[in-house]
Amino acid sequence: MKKRPRLELIVAGALAILLLVVMPALNAWAPEDSLFYVSNFTINVWGKYLAYGILAISVDLLWGYTGLLSLGQALFFSLGGYMIGMHLMLMIGKLGQYKSDLPDFLVFLGHWFLPSFWKPFSNFFFAALMVFLLPMILSSVFGYLAFRSRIKGVYFSILTQALTYGASLMFFRNDMLMGGNNGFTDFKFLLGADVRTAATQRVLYIFTGLALLAVYFGCRWLTRTKFGLVQRAIRDSETRVLFSGYSAANYKLFVFVVAAGIAALGGALYVPQVGIINPSEMTPDKSLEAVVWVAVGGRGTLFGPILGAVVINALKSWATRAIPDLWLILLGTLFLLVVLFLPQGLISIPARLREMLRRTKPAPTQAPAPQNPNIPAP
Amino acid sequence: MSQKYFQLSAEGINKSFDGFQAIRDLNFYLEEGELRTVIGPNGAGKTTFLDLITGRTRPDTGTIEFEGRHDLGSLSEHEIYRLGIGRKFQTPTVYTDHTVSENLLLSLAGNRGVLASLFFRLSSTQSDKIAEILNLINLAPHRDRKAGTLAHGQKQWLEIGMLLAQDAKLLLVDEPAAGMTDEETAKTGDLLLSLAGKHTIIVIEHDMVFVRQISTGRKVTVLHQGSVLCEGPVDSVQSDPKVIEVYLGRKHAR
Repeated sequence: MKKRPRLELIVAGALAILLLVVMPALNAWAPEDSLFYVSNFTINVWGKYLAYGILAISVDLLWGYTGLLSLGQALFFSLGGYMIGMHLMLMIGKLGQYKSDLPDFLVFLGHWFLPSFWKPFSNFFFAALMVFLLPMILSSVFGYLAFRSRIKGVYFSILTQALTYGASLMFFRNDMLMGGNNGFTDFKFLLGADVRTAATQRVLYIFTGLALLAVYFGCRWLTRTKFGLVQRAIRDSETRVLFSGYSAANYKLFVFVVAAGIAALGGALYVPQVGIINPSEMTPDKSLEAVVWVAVGGRGTLFGPILGAVVINALKSWATRAIPDLWLILLGTLFLLVVLFLPQGLISIPARLREMLRRTKPAPTQAPAPQNPNIPAP
Repeated sequence: MSQKYFQLSAEGINKSFDGFQAIRDLNFYLEEGELRTVIGPNGAGKTTFLDLITGRTRPDTGTIEFEGRHDLGSLSEHEIYRLGIGRKFQTPTVYTDHTVSENLLLSLAGNRGVLASLFFRLSSTQSDKIAEILNLINLAPHRDRKAGTLAHGQKQWLEIGMLLAQDAKLLLVDEPAAGMTDEETAKTGDLLLSLAGKHTIIVIEHDMVFVRQISTGRKVTVLHQGSVLCEGPVDSVQSDPKVIEVYLGRKHAR
């Protein structure tokens, strides 16, 4: 029982060194024709996977640990992305198509002045603050209303899905002044660094990895406190929790807001790396995908969701190029297989194998038969 | 003159569900430290009565007062819990995926707020208390087992232990002996008797052997059709003709 967490830490540490030190180093210094060279493309793609890993943890914190299946986490992810996106749009300056200080889409819509709510976003720190503030305020209002009215189970899931769908419809509108269906793209500078260069992308990648590590350890701490005990108690028997004197609504609200903040962090790191954010990121199917990552990786663990996010997205990158028509069928099949045969997800494979080995071995516990001292050796 | 002090007093309680009158003009008084057994045929309103005390349902009319100053009818479930009223359900409800000691830890009295739970540290008095309860409920050897893997009787004891951990002043115990072996039942009786005096306890029970074990020399209340039929020592109650008629039917006991 005590051994597994230790093993988990060793694996996490080894992976962190590989992803955060070895890969960027090989990308920066290995010669391009060498076997060990890591391409800019690889770094970029992995940066995306790790940002998705952050989103996956936020889904699992709600679903796996608290029993709240949120089908709207991609909304908070996108909002985080939009907030940093606003800053990136203002940093383009006169380098846009229309050579104007205004973002291109505003010029296109016939605006002469920057709308007032855009103005503070020219300050990076304001934008960074809003990355967390906006999603966390939205989630606290929504969560407060939902949990006070004791909305649970599938009703909660449907409401979160409606929330993200409604938001996507709003963002699709041009008069939102948030770029409409094209969203934001064509980013140039972030904190004075050119986001189009390999060096900047590498730094963004490292920051994403560090953020994922911080989120991982933060959640690890959280789930091991008494808060974590209450969280899992709510998942298993919410009525009992009320009779133990805990206000389950407050606990759920807290987790929901924290998870929104985590998802937003992921989105804010994702957008400068993929170079675009638009309302299709907040459509319900994006949130559903994140739930599939968690289910496939292994819910109720912290490592499982990251694993699921990386594995499924790696598979997606490959399949959408190799067999584009079959990708959704492949994803669906994989999801079904995992639900049917591996309910604890990919993360449970080692334990499963160990269990199978133990069963096939001829009773290892009593294997060295005690030698009877009364029988003389032949 | 000082008024008589009741731990719990319920006066003029009525409660109906969709036309069915579950509780009818019920009056009930309980002194501090009392161990009161409530018996009555099925549908007499025993469990509804506990629901009303714990805030799960609200009375249509009447007041329920705790310690003479808290009106339970106006408080929510977790507020009532925080006053020191703990309930053990008919079917054992423990946190099945948590260990036995985690179950007790979650029930320990103390701040139930979110922030307090984030920075909670088990003090030595608290861990002593958990150890003491574990001994009392015979679960010390099983402290690290998941509660879901315990035997039925052990779960019931754990749940009583959880009430003790929360320092409940008033324990509401719903059919503790249901589904237990005779030996487990006797142990449960001993446990409840050892708690009487320190805690005020209401036990709802069907098993008359068990009722005799825990209520010798104490008051027993008989509920019938939502109101108190009679109250008194177990012997006189059992020989009361009204009780025999409603509770035991035409067939005479013994």
